[in-house]
Amino acid sequence: MFDKYLILEDSVRATDSGFAFDARLGYYRGLGLSMIEDLAVTLDGEAQPRAAVFFEQHGKSWSLDAMEEAFNDRWEFGSIATIRVERAGRLGAGAYSLTLKEKLRISYLPFPLFAEDSKVVAVAA
Amino acid sequence: MFKRGVSLYSFQEELFLGQMTVEDVVAFAASIGANGIEILPEQNMPGFPNIDDATVNQWLAMMDRHGTTLTCYDMFLDTKRRKDRLMTDDEQVESIVRDLKLCNRLGIRNMRVLVFVRPDILERCVPYAEQYDVHMGVEVHAPWHLDHAWILRTIEVADRLGTQHLGILPDMGIFMKHYPPEFRDRFLRQGATPDIVDFIIDQHEQKIMCEYTIFEVAVKMGGNKADIAMAETLRHAPYSNPKRIRDFIPYFCHIQAKFYGMADDCTDPTIAYDEVIPELVAGGWDGYLSSEYEGNRWVQDAGPVDSREQVRRQHVMFEALAAKVAEPAL
Repeated sequence: MFDKYLILEDSVRATDSGFAFDARLGYYRGLGLSMIEDLAVTLDGEAQPRAAVFFEQHGKSWSLDAMEEAFNDRWEFGSIATIRVERAGRLGAGAYSLTLKEKLRISYLPFPLFAEDSKVVAVAA
Repeated sequence: MFKRGVSLYSFQEELFLGQMTVEDVVAFAASIGANGIEILPEQNMPGFPNIDDATVNQWLAMMDRHGTTLTCYDMFLDTKRRKDRLMTDDEQVESIVRDLKLCNRLGIRNMRVLVFVRPDILERCVPYAEQYDVHMGVEVHAPWHLDHAWILRTIEVADRLGTQHLGILPDMGIFMKHYPPEFRDRFLRQGATPDIVDFIIDQHEQKIMCEYTIFEVAVKMGGNKADIAMAETLRHAPYSNPKRIRDFIPYFCHIQAKFYGMADDCTDPTIAYDEVIPELVAGGWDGYLSSEYEGNRWVQDAGPVDSREQVRRQHVMFEALAAKVAEPAL
């Protein structure tokens, strides 16, 4: 329902240990973090390992496994959070193809809800 | 006569992107005479479920500023909150009671209950609904319909308890008489085959049971991914009999006026409001028709979404249909 708006394309930046970008939850209400089963990140066709992905908001950081045990925090509707990916070294400057696929456990649906966005993004030096 | 309102759901595109605030929506609703505001606390109240009195008072003051009233509270129930197990029955009741309390604090008399909530769980909540004076209406959402056996189970509980605080809440998507042009155009943009698109629409127009159409498209016609996806939307696109709604009036106090897009002449090409509204008026129903625009997700790939204009047109239609019904028969 909001797939094309998940990745904030101008937000992608290199970090000392990889890269980070800002994103929204692709759903029409907020959702408790424990129901976010996966934030799958793909960069130039290369799937990033689940253990390398971190979700950050309000000065706090969760691994995807820790997120599934977070019962008192929510990713609010329309709220912009940071997704950080650890890699061997800083991501170099240039254009990349970035995909985010969110897997959500929605209680009233019999199947998981997926929200997916792909964008070509520029990373500054 | 029915009253007119809007659900904040209608403005999800603009709210999500920060292009409108909740107060912008409320002001707009008031400007078109839609003075009933339906809310989704999990969408519109950051920090939910921990809502303090100051926040409640801010919402009530906002209603006062615009001459509007809160009509309905859309609840959710996260039975799958934990990955390792479902919520227990006690936890489900506790979550619903939490919602009933907040609903009451906001002065709201209607709660939209998700259709998947079990009737026996709701039965346990009835004493609380009575205490907090909130009508729990199970959402009759397509592909369910008024006479669906699952819906009738809730009706049976309400009848057996003789309560005025449990019933249903119809979503007008159950009256999809014609296939939505917004769906058609989206599938065409995704590469659906024009001949197959026409076939699917014709099948829907004839009210042929969806599984025949899906098999024809997927197997016999060799439809592509977009063709098959379009055929599969028929599973959720029923047209149920508008004449039946009058019989259910004792069980509902609020309606979600679902729509996918209004034509330039302020008619709905899809949902049979011209058949439903006369039944509601004839039955003396006086609750809120609460706009629920769900077209954004079907058109946002093609251009900017204008939820205000869509909702405005729907309310022009409501007024026109109400005036038509009120005319004396020749």
